[in-house]
Amino acid sequence: MSALAFVNARLIDPATEYDGPGSVIVAEGVIADVIYGHETPSGHAGIRVIDCDENAILPGLIDMRVRTGEPGSEPKETLKSASLAAAAGGVTSFVVQPDTDPCIDEPAMADFILRRARDIELVHVYPAGAATKKLEGRQMAEIGLMAEAGALYFTNGDEPIVNSKILSRVLNYANGFNALIAHRPKEPWLSEGAVATSGEMAARMGLPGVSALAERIMMERDLALVELTGARFLVDQVSTREGLGSLERAKAKGLEVFASVSINHLMFNELDIGDYRTFFRLDPPLRAERDRLAMIDAVASGLVDVIVSNHTPEPAEHKRLPFSESTPGAIGLQTLLPALIGLHHENDIPLIDLLRTVTQNPAQLLGLDAGRIAKGAPADLLLVDIDAPFALRERDILSKSKNSPFENRTLQGKVLKTLVDGRIVYEI
Amino acid sequence: MTDVNDLIRTRLTAFPKRHFLAAQDLDPPDIANLLDLADVFVDLNRQSTKKLDLLRGRTLVNMFFENSTRTQSSFELAGKRLGADTINMSMKTSSVAKGETLIDTAVTLNAMKPDLLVVRHSASGAAALLAQKVGCSVVNAGDGQHQHPTQALLDMLSIRRAFGHVDGLTIAICGDVLHSRVARSNVILLNAMGANVRLVGPPTLIPGDADQWGTEVYHDMREGIADANVVMMLRLQLERMDGAFIPSTREYYRFFGLDREKLAVAAKGAKVMHPGPMNRGVEIDSEIADDLSVSLIQDQVEMGVAARMAVLASLAARLENDR
Repeated sequence: MSALAFVNARLIDPATEYDGPGSVIVAEGVIADVIYGHETPSGHAGIRVIDCDENAILPGLIDMRVRTGEPGSEPKETLKSASLAAAAGGVTSFVVQPDTDPCIDEPAMADFILRRARDIELVHVYPAGAATKKLEGRQMAEIGLMAEAGALYFTNGDEPIVNSKILSRVLNYANGFNALIAHRPKEPWLSEGAVATSGEMAARMGLPGVSALAERIMMERDLALVELTGARFLVDQVSTREGLGSLERAKAKGLEVFASVSINHLMFNELDIGDYRTFFRLDPPLRAERDRLAMIDAVASGLVDVIVSNHTPEPAEHKRLPFSESTPGAIGLQTLLPALIGLHHENDIPLIDLLRTVTQNPAQLLGLDAGRIAKGAPADLLLVDIDAPFALRERDILSKSKNSPFENRTLQGKVLKTLVDGRIVYEI
Repeated sequence: MTDVNDLIRTRLTAFPKRHFLAAQDLDPPDIANLLDLADVFVDLNRQSTKKLDLLRGRTLVNMFFENSTRTQSSFELAGKRLGADTINMSMKTSSVAKGETLIDTAVTLNAMKPDLLVVRHSASGAAALLAQKVGCSVVNAGDGQHQHPTQALLDMLSIRRAFGHVDGLTIAICGDVLHSRVARSNVILLNAMGANVRLVGPPTLIPGDADQWGTEVYHDMREGIADANVVMMLRLQLERMDGAFIPSTREYYRFFGLDREKLAVAAKGAKVMHPGPMNRGVEIDSEIADDLSVSLIQDQVEMGVAARMAVLASLAARLENDR
């Protein structure tokens, strides 16, 4: 692998808060040097020089919440197809959810994911471990052994742990390993059977809805248990204004609480389900516009720490159905970066701040040496033409499932090259 | 034998209270007295003739509402070697099984005029409740998750005989502290004797406020037993293993089971203790448990009889004084 010099670039690095001209030298899989300003690096013999033509160099994105179908549901998505989509989308590290079949509730399964990713040799793939055995919410899973095997955090997937005593034990136990627990704020009884957020829209469409308050109710319980146990805790996708209020209070108390939001809840609202298009049936369901705007403010202010794609591949047989009979979820690995760039343009949030939620922040939360442009850091880098517009057509989608809510939308921001550990894993 | 009797006479002092219900019933001088007396009984127990007549005419009743092998036989032997008439009441087949309340059983027994009543019960506070209703001396042989004071006393005896002193030693109590009456009694006695006490275990098995017991709390075993002089392992109750307090026995063994590798960080010459019965391969590796150069586990059983003889003898002396 010869050394590469990316010259004449715009570097955008949230970790150093630098957004300006510069060059990056990559050698032996790591960033060998970073040169700030217009100076051209010299004295590097035998190096391949790439003129970036003032396009942007960004740290590779880290997506904390991705589903594939491997193992168990390979027709939906394999680790390979998800990795291809990730590389094309500029995601150089992603964390898979434990709700596979069999689920990732013991160290051998965590090891399986890591070994598969190593064999595929595209992007970094890490497992999240199940917080309870078989994700049933009844018995604590082997959190310590899975952490040792390489699981980055622990979650019960889309189904919350209903029994408060069990969640409190999980939080308490995980604390002994300083492990991060992610939990969906979803009050199960209120949410049962709901396919949309209750309100005028769902009522008019005749869809069973769940109150946005179901999120706050669960968050209040979860955050009280966090206060009791002192655990490191991630609110897995906050999506309502009321939920943000709970989050703000917990953070003000100094708890080690973090929150993620899915890109879909920043881009879409309940009106998008208007023609019963199942690609907009999501979990949590799309919310009111006031919620969407509140989420954008929370990202801008730093109240919400992480943006995730919540990549959830569902094949046609699960989506070409009446709205309430379809399976919730949308893919997002390939569109996460263009969507962020769109958010930047529409809402006047500095791009560097949005990038922080998919680079520096998740890297810190997960303890990954990634997400920054710094000498000695792994060369997980993107070369991006930030202004290039393109329309996402079905045939461009690399995921095996094509359920993208961005299909046929015009997006901005084309990934030109993706590097993982200094290897070019994608380029156009 | 005269030597022994003389020694006993000089060392025997009346127990500070009528009952021995909890470790805090003893002040540091009481503990030292009992240990000094117990030392005599250790020597006696190693002779071929072990019988004394110190408790002749006294009646000792073992009332075990929970199964026990070593504690019950330890008290039985202690009573017999001191010359007391000793009976074991098997509560599983008694009128308790027919629905009699604890108080009724106690009142009935009291009418038979025992002098010493040794009680084990699954409910915390049961021994104290009985003590209010009977005229004899009550010894708590384990009440629920509260205390097991004679176990702590025998542990103290084992440590003092191994190291020559208890003060200044660092003792790491490891494992299921939450459900352990042994740990609660030991924390009190060890603190009273001037040891540095650490509690080591997963957060789910350490009471939330245990740092207020005059102990340091560790959730990483290597940190917790680093430079410790004594590693005191606790039994993990089978019913608490599978997913409720810990995920699995293999995970527990990996992080909190005592093996050679972990023990290597303890102080040079460190000793290992366990109140028994052990779960080999769960909280302790057989390699450690059976290594007599580090394990005091067999000593603990031997010291158990001597320590209980000391307790029974001084309680009887107290009864004598009260009369």
